[in-house]
Amino acid sequence: MRHEVRFSGFGGQGIILSAVILGRAAVMYDSLYAVQTQVYGPEARGGASMSAVIIDDEPILYPKVTTPDIFVIMSQEGFEKYGAQAPEGATMLLDSSLVHSRPQCRVIEIPATRDAKEKLGREIVANIVMLGALVSATRVVTETAIEKAILDSVPKGTESLNLKAMKRGFELARALE
Amino acid sequence: MQGNIACAEGAIAAGCRFFGGYPITPSTEIAEHMALKLPKVDGVFIQMEDELASMASIIGASWTGMRSMTATSGPGFSLMMENIGFAVMTETPCVVVNIQRGGPSTGQPTMGAQGDMMQCRFGSHGDYSVIALSPASVQEMYELTAKAFNLADEFRVPVFLMSDEIVGHMRERIDIPDQVPIVQRKSLQKGTLPFHPDADLVPGFPRFGEGYGVHVTGLTHDERGYPCATSPGLHEDLVMRLVNKIESARDRIADYSITNPEAETVFVTYGPPARSVEQVVRDLGRDDIGHLRLRVVWPFPESALNLFASAKQFLVPEMNMGQVAREIERHVDQPVIPIPKLGGNLHSPDELKARLEVLR
Repeated sequence: MRHEVRFSGFGGQGIILSAVILGRAAVMYDSLYAVQTQVYGPEARGGASMSAVIIDDEPILYPKVTTPDIFVIMSQEGFEKYGAQAPEGATMLLDSSLVHSRPQCRVIEIPATRDAKEKLGREIVANIVMLGALVSATRVVTETAIEKAILDSVPKGTESLNLKAMKRGFELARALE
Repeated sequence: MQGNIACAEGAIAAGCRFFGGYPITPSTEIAEHMALKLPKVDGVFIQMEDELASMASIIGASWTGMRSMTATSGPGFSLMMENIGFAVMTETPCVVVNIQRGGPSTGQPTMGAQGDMMQCRFGSHGDYSVIALSPASVQEMYELTAKAFNLADEFRVPVFLMSDEIVGHMRERIDIPDQVPIVQRKSLQKGTLPFHPDADLVPGFPRFGEGYGVHVTGLTHDERGYPCATSPGLHEDLVMRLVNKIESARDRIADYSITNPEAETVFVTYGPPARSVEQVVRDLGRDDIGHLRLRVVWPFPESALNLFASAKQFLVPEMNMGQVAREIERHVDQPVIPIPKLGGNLHSPDELKARLEVLR
C-alpha cells in the first residue's frame, strides 16, 4: 500500500525533519520501505519549504512523489505553493492557526502552532504536534514507530517535551474523529 | 540514511582513512561526515584551500599506502581535472566522488544532473581511461563507494563515483553489511622496477616509506619512473598501457543488470533514471520492454548491448543532453534515441510511458 506524504511550511518549522522522522518510523520500526526527498534550495530559508516521504510495503522504484495522497501543510504560502492543487481523494492536515485557505479534499484542522505555544509553552514543537495528528488520523505508520523515531531524532533533553507534543497531536486528531 | 552519508560510511567501511576536500553543494554532507567520523578511526580529514589542492592531497596520501578520497560537484570537478590527469599518469589509486548538479559553471547548485559524464571520461588532457560508477539508490551509494576503492587499488587508477543531487540528498532504507569485500593493492616485488607492469599491465605499488626511492612524475617516464619525455616509442607504449590496463579488463569491470533480454525496445540507464524505467517496466507489466541498467559507465560495457539480441531500438534517458547515448551509438547499428532532461528533474514514469506510446 503506497502512500505519498507531502509536508510544506516555512523554513525553520522543521518541515524536512518531520519527513525524516516519518520515513525513519516506517523503515526502522514498521519494517516498511520509505524514500524521503525535499525541495532543496536557497528559497527554503524562510520561504515555502517542502519535503516528501513515500511509504510502501514493497521496494520503492521511482523515488519522487507524483500524486501525494496525504498533505501536511503548516503555512499559507506552503498551502498556495504545494497544497492548493491537492487531488479530491487526498487527506490534508493543516495547521489551522496559520493557514486560512481550505482545499477541495478532506481536511483535518489542527491548530498546532497555537496549541504548542499555549499548551506546551514552545511553538517549536508544532511540527511534532502535526506528526502526531498525522499518524493518529491516517495510520500511515504505527504510533509506537513514530514515538521511537521522534526519540531518535530530537535533541537530548527535549525528549519529554517532544513526546508531549506528539501525544497532543494524537488527542487533537482523535477529538475530530 | 541519506545518500551522501551512505557514501561516507561506505568509504570508511572500505578502509578509506584520508579525505581531502573543499565543501560544495550538493556534496557537502560527505565532507561533514568524514570530518566527524575519520578521526574516530585514526583517519585524517583535511579541508584544503581549494579543489586543486584537494585532488593533490589525496594523491599524496595514496602514495603513503592510504585509501584516499575527495568529494565535490561540477565547479570543483573542473578544478580537479589537472591533477586527475596527474593521478592517471602516475597510476595513483584514489576515489573522486562527484555529486553532480546542473551546469555549466555554477549552474544549479541544488538540483541534480548527469552532465559531467563526458568530463569524467575525457576532461583532463591527453589520452587515458578511467573507471566510473553510477549509483541509483542509497544502498548503491554505500556499495559502489566501497567497490570504487577496490577498483582503484586493483587498477591503480582514479575511480569516479558519478552520483548526483537526487541520490546524494535522498534518504531511504539501507542494509549495511557486517563487512565489505576488500581487494588489497598489490605491492611491488623486490628487484622489480617501480613502473614495470605485471601481466595485467598494472605495476606493483612501491609505497612511500617502504624503502623504495621512487620518482613520481607526470612527465612521460620509463620503468624506473625517470622522465623520458622525448622518446616517441616510450610515450606510446606508456599511454597505450595506461589505456589498455582498463580497456582490456572492460568485461571484468562491467557491472550491470538486465531485464527482458528478448525485448525489441530497450532502455539503457545509469543513476536515477534507472528507477524511472524500473517503475515503467513494473507498472506496465510488459515483457517487451528491455532494460540495461549500468552501475559501471566507464569503461563502457559494450558487450552488454549485444545481450539484447532482438533489439530494434535503444532508448537512453539521461539527465543531460545525451552524453552516454552517443557512446551507445558507436557500438550498435540500431537507432539510439536519447531522452534528454535538463533543469534538475528526474524523468517521470508517465513521461517515459508517453514516449513509448509515440514510438509504437
